[in-house]
Amino acid sequence: MLDAFGHPQSALVLGGTSDIATALLGALVADRCRTVVLAGRDDGRLRAAAARLADAGATSVETVTFDATRPEDADRVVARCLAAAGGQVDLAVMAVGRLDQPRRDGLDPADVAAVATVNFAWPAAALASLAGHLCEQGQGRIVVLSSVAGVRVRPANFPYGAAKRGIDAFALALADEVAGSGVSVHVVRPGFVHSKMTAGRRAAPFAVTPAEVAEAVRRGIERDERIIWVPGFLRWVFVGMRLLPPALWRRLPA
Amino acid sequence: MSSGEGGRPLAEIIELPDAQARSEANLRGPARVPRPTARRRRPTACQPASTRVLSGWGRTAPSVATVVRPADGRQVLELLARASEPSDGTPGSGSHPSQLAPAGRIIARGLGRSYGDAAQRAGGLVVDTSALDSLGPIDPDRGLVEVGSGVGLDALIRHALPKGWFVPVTPGTRHVTVGGAVAADVHGKNHHLEGSFCSHVAEIALATPTGMHVVGPDGAPEEAALFWATAGGMGLTGVVVSATVRLVPVETSWMLVDTERFDDLDTLMATMEASDDRYRYSVAWVDCSARRGPLGRSVLTRGDHAPRAALGTGRRGRRAVALASPSGLRVPLPAPSRLVNSHIVRAFNEAWFRRAPRHQTAALQPLDAFFYPLDGLGDWNLLYGRAGFVQYQFAVGPDGGELVRRAIQSTTEAGAPSSLAVLKRFGPSDPGPLSFPIAGWTLALDFPVGPPGLPGVLDRLDEMVAEAGGRVYLAKDARLRPELLGAMYPRAAELLAARLSVDPTLSLGSDLSRRLGLDDLGRPGDDDPGPGGGLAGA
Ligand SMILES: Cc1cc2nc3c(=O)[nH]c(=O)nc-3n(C[C@H](O)[C@H](O)[C@H](O)COP(=O)(O)OP(=O)(O)OC[C@H]3O[C@@H](n4cnc5c(N)ncnc54)[C@H](O)[C@@H]3O)c2cc1C
Ligand SMILES: NC(=O)c1ccc[n+]([C@@H]2O[C@H](COP(=O)([O-])OP(=O)(O)OC[C@H]3O[C@@H](n4cnc5c(N)ncnc54)[C@H](OP(=O)(O)O)[C@@H]3O)[C@@H](O)[C@H]2O)c1
Repeated sequence: MLDAFGHPQSALVLGGTSDIATALLGALVADRCRTVVLAGRDDGRLRAAAARLADAGATSVETVTFDATRPEDADRVVARCLAAAGGQVDLAVMAVGRLDQPRRDGLDPADVAAVATVNFAWPAAALASLAGHLCEQGQGRIVVLSSVAGVRVRPANFPYGAAKRGIDAFALALADEVAGSGVSVHVVRPGFVHSKMTAGRRAAPFAVTPAEVAEAVRRGIERDERIIWVPGFLRWVFVGMRLLPPALWRRLPA
Repeated sequence: MSSGEGGRPLAEIIELPDAQARSEANLRGPARVPRPTARRRRPTACQPASTRVLSGWGRTAPSVATVVRPADGRQVLELLARASEPSDGTPGSGSHPSQLAPAGRIIARGLGRSYGDAAQRAGGLVVDTSALDSLGPIDPDRGLVEVGSGVGLDALIRHALPKGWFVPVTPGTRHVTVGGAVAADVHGKNHHLEGSFCSHVAEIALATPTGMHVVGPDGAPEEAALFWATAGGMGLTGVVVSATVRLVPVETSWMLVDTERFDDLDTLMATMEASDDRYRYSVAWVDCSARRGPLGRSVLTRGDHAPRAALGTGRRGRRAVALASPSGLRVPLPAPSRLVNSHIVRAFNEAWFRRAPRHQTAALQPLDAFFYPLDGLGDWNLLYGRAGFVQYQFAVGPDGGELVRRAIQSTTEAGAPSSLAVLKRFGPSDPGPLSFPIAGWTLALDFPVGPPGLPGVLDRLDEMVAEAGGRVYLAKDARLRPELLGAMYPRAAELLAARLSVDPTLSLGSDLSRRLGLDDLGRPGDDDPGPGGGLAGA
């Protein structure tokens, strides 16, 4: 169950090998989370992450594999994860995501389709499924890793940004949909995070570590915040970014 | 159990929206004044009409359940029988995740004055006891009265006081039900001499999935065991339908009160140790918000019921047993943001301290002002705003005085000074395995949810309390970790044994019992790999 501060005793991560999610889970397990389900595409790395959480004190860690390029499977994957958690889960984290390939000559339609699927179609389908199950439980929290990339989509990685904008909007609408059901949805909007997703890319200003995102999410859940910016002042930076005229926006360094 | 034998069919007593409004008055918490979000549209997929968002007095950790308001014991039995049936047995349905959820689907709820998650059951059935409201005649010799479990102490006092009787034990609010008083085995200002509520209960009628059990402390061993497991058992043994309570005689509705002010904790505690036993009722309020001076300036109030002779013959003498009517002052809406901030807390504590006389003896005080100073403010819990608040109450042995100091100090240092602190001495425990009081000290601290250091500092306090052989009060708890339950309540297995004897499938359960693992201590099958085992890596 969730305690008075919103701290979970059980958690499920879709994208269980994500650097940000593993940092968050580490913090939750160090607190009072004992049951964990990690779902991802690579069994070996999932098991390694599971072993680390077990060492840190989780008493039950299960893994489930899936492929986020197949949104038609999302519902079944979620059901399998919940079963692995023993039928119910206090906190579910949606961490699935990938950047688009660096562009050489124009957009690659196949890559755009894959990015849209992995960042939007699969997560949206899975969130719909999760919300249904959690409402039935009568209590639960859903954390969705969105991004500032979706707040104002930048030319540099706009297929990713556009898909993130979609999942951000979907999650916020879902938060309204489930209000009053004992379930809440929290949308996390980090800036640049040093993780394997951004490895080899030039860090943007105000870059943070996965551990910093984890701490911000923990505090945000405690305070029942619907949108969690990391770092917090990006909220104000993006008030300005949204107002920039397109000509200026295009010329911002990538 | 069939629904035909005089009782209405079960489907009819599941509340529908219009009937819901009526029972709203009986279920406190966010339901009375819905959180703004609760008024929004609900997802059609999972929200039948009779579901409600429930939380405790602290308004934290809300969950949604179906609320049912049975009219009598028979309907309660019917609900319990229904809840203990194995879930829908249609082939294939077992693969649905909710069917794998742990047992425990039904729990009783009184007036929702427990602070945490004891009277709620996410996704389950919550039995609103407000219709179990019978008030029997008072036996003029022994003061015995049989009352429905949904009767509030307020109603019982109004019933009894004009006839010269008072409740044997009362918590700091009269808005609790008799069922809630039994289930938490509540204590009052007289615990150091007279024990907790269930020490004054002659018998209860307990509805369980295996039938009605009428049990008391003086019955056969297994009956007494069920009685004591229910005393402090947080509703987990069954639904108390009625209880026979031994009232105490009083001559007036006034109190004779001695008040003393102290500038530090040590002098207060020494005074309480030295002379509490000369007073029937005793409690101290401690200021945790003062910035200057030694720790623990405080006000100690002690007294007893005033005899008729103390009132003289004037107007007051004639009104000797009229209970002052409750104040009409109520907090109308949940405060949009917390009104209980550090400035207000400091001002409030300052005023309280200054108002108290340095030393005053045998002052006459109306009974409700003495026992229920907070009730005049109505739904004061809403002042803490949307995030709610937690109360941390622990008990330690007579040597645990240092822990009292540490608790006040460490929370203040963590930037989370308690807004209200109450210190009391406890007398010996009663036999309930989960009954809270143990001889020694008890301290209750209120904290708004918010300061980042608060969760951690309370976790560390838990460890110190457990280490010192103490425990936290489950009726106030919303955050204890299950790992420490066994150390705090070493006899928890006795509760489980009693539950299994009347509820073999453990169909009774609450958010609290699930959070604290009370439903799986030593349960058969605990070693199973679990349903997820076979799916790992699938
Ligand atoms: C301002 C304030 C002051 C307080 N002061 C004190 C105090 O001084 N001492 C003290 O001991 N407590 C105190 N309390 C706590 C309160 O007395 C207990 O939490 C009490 O159990 C609340 O009763 P309720 O009817 O509101 O029960 P609820 O909060 O609705 O339920 C509490 C528990 O009782 C169970 N329960 C309720 N009815 C039944 C039933 N018919 N059959 C079986 N189980 C049932 C529930 O399942 C739950 O586990 C205080 C609370 C407040 C708000
Ligand atoms: N890093 C940043 O700067 C940043 C900023 C804002 C928001 N975010 C978001 O935060 C979330 C977590 O990112 P991160 O930084 O922790 O990066 P990450 O470690 O790469 O996490 C992404 C996760 O998505 C999984 N995934 C990707 N494609 C998949 C597929 N086809 N099928 C199944 N799983 C797939 C990854 O699995 P593998 O481990 O197997 O690849 C990984 O678990 C993402 O949603 C990301 O968009 C990141």
